[in-house]
Amino acid sequence: MIELRSQRALIDYRQRIQATTDPQQRRIRVCDGTGCRALGSRKVLALLQETLQEAGLAGEVEVVPTGCPGFCELGPLFTIDPEQIAYNRVGVDDIPAIVAKTIAQGEIIDGLVFVDPVTGQTIIHDNDLPFYTKQMRRVLELNGQIDPTSIEDYIAHGGYVALGTALYEMAPEHVIEEVKRSGLRGRGGAGFSTGTKWHLCRQSPGDVKYVICNADEGDPGAFMDRSILEGNPHSVVEGMTIGAHAIGATQGYVYIRNEYPLAVQNLRIALQQAREHGLLGDDILGFGFDFDIEIRVGSGAFVCGEETALMASIEGKIGEPRPRPPYPAQSGLWGKPTNINNVKTWANIPLIIRNGADWFASVGTEKSKGTMIFSLVGKIRNTGLVEVPMGISLRELIYDVGGGIPGGKGFKAAQIGGPSGGCIPKEHLDVPVDYESLAALGAIVGSGGLVVTDEDTCMVDLARYFLKFTQEESCGKCVPCRVGTRAMLETLERICAGRGREGDVEYLVELGQEVKRSSLCALGGTVPNPVLTTIRYFRDEYEAHVYDKKCPAKVCKGLITYEVVAASCTGCMVCARNCPVGAITGEKKQPHVIDPEVCTRCGVCHALCNFDAITVH
Amino acid sequence: MDFEARELAETIEQNGADASLISILEEIQGRYRYLPQEAMILVSERLGVPLSQVYSVATFYHAFSLVPRGRHTISVCTGTACHVRGAVQVLNRLETGLGVRPGETTRDRQFTLETVNCLGCCALGPVVVLDGEYEGQMTTKKVDKLMKRSMHQAAGESDD
Repeated sequence: MIELRSQRALIDYRQRIQATTDPQQRRIRVCDGTGCRALGSRKVLALLQETLQEAGLAGEVEVVPTGCPGFCELGPLFTIDPEQIAYNRVGVDDIPAIVAKTIAQGEIIDGLVFVDPVTGQTIIHDNDLPFYTKQMRRVLELNGQIDPTSIEDYIAHGGYVALGTALYEMAPEHVIEEVKRSGLRGRGGAGFSTGTKWHLCRQSPGDVKYVICNADEGDPGAFMDRSILEGNPHSVVEGMTIGAHAIGATQGYVYIRNEYPLAVQNLRIALQQAREHGLLGDDILGFGFDFDIEIRVGSGAFVCGEETALMASIEGKIGEPRPRPPYPAQSGLWGKPTNINNVKTWANIPLIIRNGADWFASVGTEKSKGTMIFSLVGKIRNTGLVEVPMGISLRELIYDVGGGIPGGKGFKAAQIGGPSGGCIPKEHLDVPVDYESLAALGAIVGSGGLVVTDEDTCMVDLARYFLKFTQEESCGKCVPCRVGTRAMLETLERICAGRGREGDVEYLVELGQEVKRSSLCALGGTVPNPVLTTIRYFRDEYEAHVYDKKCPAKVCKGLITYEVVAASCTGCMVCARNCPVGAITGEKKQPHVIDPEVCTRCGVCHALCNFDAITVH
Repeated sequence: MDFEARELAETIEQNGADASLISILEEIQGRYRYLPQEAMILVSERLGVPLSQVYSVATFYHAFSLVPRGRHTISVCTGTACHVRGAVQVLNRLETGLGVRPGETTRDRQFTLETVNCLGCCALGPVVVLDGEYEGQMTTKKVDKLMKRSMHQAAGESDD
């Protein structure tokens, strides 16, 4: 264990680590993030280590489990150094060949490298994958490069240099000024100037102040905070420590969802390592600055992502928001001045201090500087996490980085910002992605969740889905949110069930605007957005549901029927055997029939039929 | 597992007097897979917090359950990405297969079925988690296999 008690000690330590690192070292980096684990990376990793051992190569080849590099679609991901050969969808069956051919003989295995679906071109190296070349990876740069459980790896890549600079070479006011000048705005969604927020908290009178990292990433479809904490937890620890010193706080908290066990685990390891190295705790880097961070694991309440609810939850109370002002900068956790920032905001701080405000502000638009991380999910080819400059057009983001819509389907809309955001239809595909432009269209940058929908997605159903989610998550404290969202949901459910009435759409708009205007916190203030934007851009779809009793995308159960196409049905009986309500009858090798009175529209028959003999009307 | 008052009292001692109510309840939930009534009364007495407040926290957060849960937990992610990729069909299949609705436990106390808002594995949707093991890109067919396998395992465990 090495305690670093001066800036010099840190620099020396880093040089020592770098001196013992051989750039030509044979290394296999294996993504060990939650995504790849779900695809079986743990088994693959274990077998790899075993096979290397048997081949007598364990001493020569370093196996590094890394955080998520973002290309979840192709997991489990392998990168083999020093050549940076990228292998994707690696299964246990591939391991013997990888060890025998690539590791032992440097031979590249055709079936494991990436083939561009458009050009048919084979791409061998990590850096050449179009998914990465179109990105600008700053916060995510080390995800996939380093072992998140190794502080040495982080330090070797320039980690904690910014902390040394901020403590020894910059006054706290100077740090705040630099962050302000960079133009960094809160990456949690609201987009408030981070430097100004810090300044307000520093100005607040009081000896005890707190900093909090909001890692209660609750928006369905967003997982960048999880990825950063899993793949590069030290960047958040360093950012918070710099912020705490600038603001004058001595205690920090990371509030993280209990749905993210691996992120909690890796963060816990990082905090322990930082303490052991004198980078957290008492007398940090010998500067006489004391600061420590505690983890608080959330208990599954979406509203706790709202800052006042989050603080109530840390205090051990139920997570109900309270009115602002007073803002947390004046009276936050336990009534003390508190500064809350999102994971991504904190992770940007070391980069700004190390490279300067000008470097940070060199990309982006006039009002939205730097990069933004999006999770591309839904009906998109390259599902995963991407980091792009602010101001990139939605078209570039979806088609160039995301690879477009799979299965030859047409793009319908992008839902940005989760349940608080809105949808953007194809006529606005060229909108620059920044705080102001998206707000003008009724959406928000939000947490960066970007769900792509195609022609098979019903926009009314999508709005209903989001509202059902937020309605359940409404804490119930204020009436507009508690009662208003319920009334909106009931109306949407009626429309989807085929019982829509004249005036329903107008009622939804009126009620939605009122809920936005009069709710206590940001939850009620934003949750009508998915409904309002889908009505704004897809009113015809709502009207088809209400007046024609039709669901154009064939999704809403109350408005569709399943039928057997007699000509295609082989009478294999798979559907009849699997129908949960026994609505399908027919003799073996004879076309079957679905009884629409009994059918619950669960879609099992449609999913299981091997002959495309079930149609939806 | 049966509720042990002495063991719980020790847990509270270890956490110290100023420990957060939530973290103590989380520990109890983790140990017994639900919050027994006696445990909540004991927490209220030991921490000097009104029982009504313990109850309010216990019912506010999704992570807590007031009824015993199954030995195994099957969670279906119903986040947006999973939703647009067919999580509803996957959930329907599990509901019919296990004969319970989300939030319920099978009569033999083996399985609890639940939904979760988003696990952040959006690239792999629909996702189902069986006792912490993630299963990605689920289909109704894969659900059948998963149920068969886990029921088989569960039967093996209860034979022991």
